[in-house]
Amino acid sequence: MEILMSIVIGILFTCAVYLMLSKSLLRIIIGTGLLSHGAHLLLLTMSGLKTGAAPVLTEGITNYTDPLPQALVLTAIVISFGVTAFFLVLAYRAYQELGTDNMEKMRGTESHD
Amino acid sequence: MSLLHLAIVLPFLSAVFIPFLFKGLRNIHTGWFVLLVPLALFIYFIQYMPLTRDGQTVTRTLEWIPSLGINFIAHVDGLGLLFAMLITGIGALVVLYSIYYLAKEKEALHNFYVYLLMFMGAMLGVVLSDNLIVLYMFWEFTSISSFLLIGYWYDRERSRYGAQKSMLITVFGGLSMLGGIVLLYIMGGTFSIQELIGMSSGFMTDPLFVPALLLILLGAFTKSAQFPFHIWLPDAMEAPTPVSAYLHSATMVKAGIYLVARMSPVFAESELWLWLVAGFGIFTLFWGSFNAVKQTDLKAILAFSTISQLGLIMSLLGLGAAALHFDQLDDNVYMIATIAAVFHLINHATFKGSLFMMAGIVDHETGTRDIRKLGGLVNLMPITFTIAIIGCFSMAGLPPFNGFLSKEMFLTGMISVFELDIFNLSTWGVLFPVLAWIASVFTFVYSIKLVFKTFLGKPQFEKLPKKPHEAPVGMLISPLILVALVIVFGFFPNLLSNSMIKPAVESILPSLVDAGQTVKVDIYFWHGFTPELFMTIGIILTGIVLYSTLAKWESIYNRIPHRFTLNGLYDGGLSRSETGGYRLTNGVMTGFMRTYLVYIFSFFTAILLSTLLITDGFSIDTSNLAEIRSYEVILGLVLVSAAVTILFAKSRLTSIISLGAVGYSVALFFVLFRAPDLALTQLVIETVSVALFLLCFYHLPEISRKEERMKFRLGNAVLSITVGLTMTLIAISSFSSRSFESISQYHIDNVYELAAGGNMVNVILVDFRGFDTLFEICVLGIASFGIYAMVRFRGVGRENE
Amino acid sequence: MKKPNDLILKTVTKVISFIIILFSLHLFFAGHYEPGGGFIGGLMTAAALVLLLLAYDMKTVNTILPFNYKIMTALGLLIAVLTSAGALLFNVPFLTHAYDYFELPLLGETSLHTAVLFDIGVYLVVIGITMTIIQTIGESE
Repeated sequence: MEILMSIVIGILFTCAVYLMLSKSLLRIIIGTGLLSHGAHLLLLTMSGLKTGAAPVLTEGITNYTDPLPQALVLTAIVISFGVTAFFLVLAYRAYQELGTDNMEKMRGTESHD
Repeated sequence: MSLLHLAIVLPFLSAVFIPFLFKGLRNIHTGWFVLLVPLALFIYFIQYMPLTRDGQTVTRTLEWIPSLGINFIAHVDGLGLLFAMLITGIGALVVLYSIYYLAKEKEALHNFYVYLLMFMGAMLGVVLSDNLIVLYMFWEFTSISSFLLIGYWYDRERSRYGAQKSMLITVFGGLSMLGGIVLLYIMGGTFSIQELIGMSSGFMTDPLFVPALLLILLGAFTKSAQFPFHIWLPDAMEAPTPVSAYLHSATMVKAGIYLVARMSPVFAESELWLWLVAGFGIFTLFWGSFNAVKQTDLKAILAFSTISQLGLIMSLLGLGAAALHFDQLDDNVYMIATIAAVFHLINHATFKGSLFMMAGIVDHETGTRDIRKLGGLVNLMPITFTIAIIGCFSMAGLPPFNGFLSKEMFLTGMISVFELDIFNLSTWGVLFPVLAWIASVFTFVYSIKLVFKTFLGKPQFEKLPKKPHEAPVGMLISPLILVALVIVFGFFPNLLSNSMIKPAVESILPSLVDAGQTVKVDIYFWHGFTPELFMTIGIILTGIVLYSTLAKWESIYNRIPHRFTLNGLYDGGLSRSETGGYRLTNGVMTGFMRTYLVYIFSFFTAILLSTLLITDGFSIDTSNLAEIRSYEVILGLVLVSAAVTILFAKSRLTSIISLGAVGYSVALFFVLFRAPDLALTQLVIETVSVALFLLCFYHLPEISRKEERMKFRLGNAVLSITVGLTMTLIAISSFSSRSFESISQYHIDNVYELAAGGNMVNVILVDFRGFDTLFEICVLGIASFGIYAMVRFRGVGRENE
Repeated sequence: MKKPNDLILKTVTKVISFIIILFSLHLFFAGHYEPGGGFIGGLMTAAALVLLLLAYDMKTVNTILPFNYKIMTALGLLIAVLTSAGALLFNVPFLTHAYDYFELPLLGETSLHTAVLFDIGVYLVVIGITMTIIQTIGESE
């Protein structure tokens, strides 16, 4: 399963990077979103995917899945949400100001040079 | 937190109130409130004098980062107390002086006094900390506050230049010192100076000893303006004169001296230490005095004079280390150098402080400090003249002032070099007395020049911007107190010898005290017809000749073109690194985000892949894998196809929905991997972010019309496939190899006992790793306020145009 | 702009959103022992509010729930920092939490944690920022 996940992660990263290198601002943001999904899965995969009980203390169970990567991923998910939201608004405002979402045409408005 | 710690941080604490006092009580000069701080501290430190006189020390520990061996250890011994009293004593006088120097109506006093108090606290911290890291922290604080004070009149170009220069040079030295501290820690395993001194005998053979010594000295030399780092001090004279009197004559520049004195017990056994400290010191003494003669600005003369006097003290400290090699002598004559260093340190603070204040008075009352425009002020400013003449004569080493006594002792120390038969001092050491003598001649010349050109000679008041008159009484009090001390210490030097000098010398040379030797400090005027006396007479005679023929030989100063001077080197280096950096940045930074991302990803893969290859880190371990179930494969396929769909999607809506599909499949994976918290969070977040994406982009009508498929670009594809491949390899090796046990088991075992919780993930978030969460919500807060600002404050820039 | 017929949405939202909020509160308090916690609780509450926003317009929601979400964010941060710093008063490292068991009316013996206070901070911040973001973007159109 881990190897399968590794390949999935690789594909996610490939798509993410390819999108991030494109010209369109929206695609770049989507790329960062994909990138963080890849990173989250990577964190989980790193600790091994041995199936145990969910990391909630239960009578009579000693074999839990690793809680630490889950806590780290939880933090990462929320942070990536904040960052994505920030990027989105940045893109949206840039579009309003500059009238394009093509990165190569963005050269500042006349008033800022 | 003991009273001693409180005393050290009191200036910082009181600095908080200064802006309010300044704003609230405009009628009272803020300086009066500030004055209380150094005064109270001075009185507080006086009570330590009986303790240190008996050779006792006081140590108070406040735990700060005990796990790293970093604690705020305040340690009062003779040396630290001497400096603490200088800092607070001179500090009080300087604050008093500044009350009359800086007008409360015109100046930004709240800034000034905050910086000054910051500096005072930092200096106290430097001289009273036993922990090297804490010392380093305070050390950098002095650099920063000095930067702020030099740049106090920040609208002047020269102030900014001087501030930057001092900052660059002293911070460079500070960083080197930090390196030295780390090396010392590696050798000794502690940051405590006292503990390091205890084990210093074993350091000599350590391969790290020499690098540590060099780095620490670099810190001391840059701070104390030793050649070739002295160039920042003359430019620092752009600071208001009270600052120059305080920082650049009496305290901050002495921090380097302090460091050398403090670290002497650790390093002084080594030959290199003696040669470096004494050699750089004596050359700085010569170079400073030689250059002081050519200056025409009062404060510039004093600046170069300070450089040279610092060199004098430094060279004495260096030679004083020789005493350590004679610890079996009954009456160790080589200690005289260290005694002279400490004595001159005090004397220098008194006469140089008064001279700086004198220069400030002249500047304040005449409007200029250029000695070519000054002259004949003696009748108009008799009191200032008295201050100047006493200060200058003491500086020149004339009797009956304290400068004479320490100069004599200095010469004795230099001559004693002849008798030393260690480290080749008997051959090359001859240079010490010779350079010392030449430098003293120049010292005499510039001291005379300072007084005579300013106060005697033909009056030329028409060249002055202001009509000169005597300064107000308040401005004269501080320099008068200082020159009174010059005279008192001149006539009764033994007031200091047992109370201040002896304890300080004992802390510089602790191994001699341990060896059973006593430090005898007995200072008197008349030694009989000794070589020192003849040298002094020679200095005076040659000095008079040189001064009267100044016009004839002054031209030698113009021989050196600016390009080859150290200042030229500094300016050239700075501007070249600026243009070089600019060119490099321009070449690399194209302004396209794609280029930057290409850099990032290329380096990312290059570094990771090469590390994998070099360390042979790639491994694959299939023994402990989880089994593959069919629904997991299907979910993986869904995820991958959703991700790939985005690449080929024509419409934005499709891309956004596909991204959502990826997110939901990831959430399902979280379910499969037994992570209920993650799955819940991911589901909600995915919903909210899809809503956000749609809100932002779908509802913008113009944007949705211009839709096109991404064009295929080979370069991008290759790069992204490499990144993907790297990640796969890393993922495989990361679960296959485990260098050490995970901490997770600790979390699992202790979740109930330590945190009384059941949900491990949540307990880790709020308790075990609470810092992560705390910073995370900070990041979120910043992001949300950033978004708010972007949307709400649009067009503010445009309205201003 | 044409007004779509969203009667069903509005009616359902009235009921659903409060159920979601209640559920989110449950998630929040259960967080220490079962899946849940400040983040999820906060997000869930925010999601309920977003649902309200979708069904009604910004103005209506603002009159029902007159919160200033920016202040809520700041308040949350403050609570979190103060709870963490409170540990310093007892001379233990920053962020050390304490707990004890108490007898409460209705609930019986319950354990009370300072960690919950910290989590309240997280909860408020999460609601605050999500709503700030949505509101700002929504209002800018």
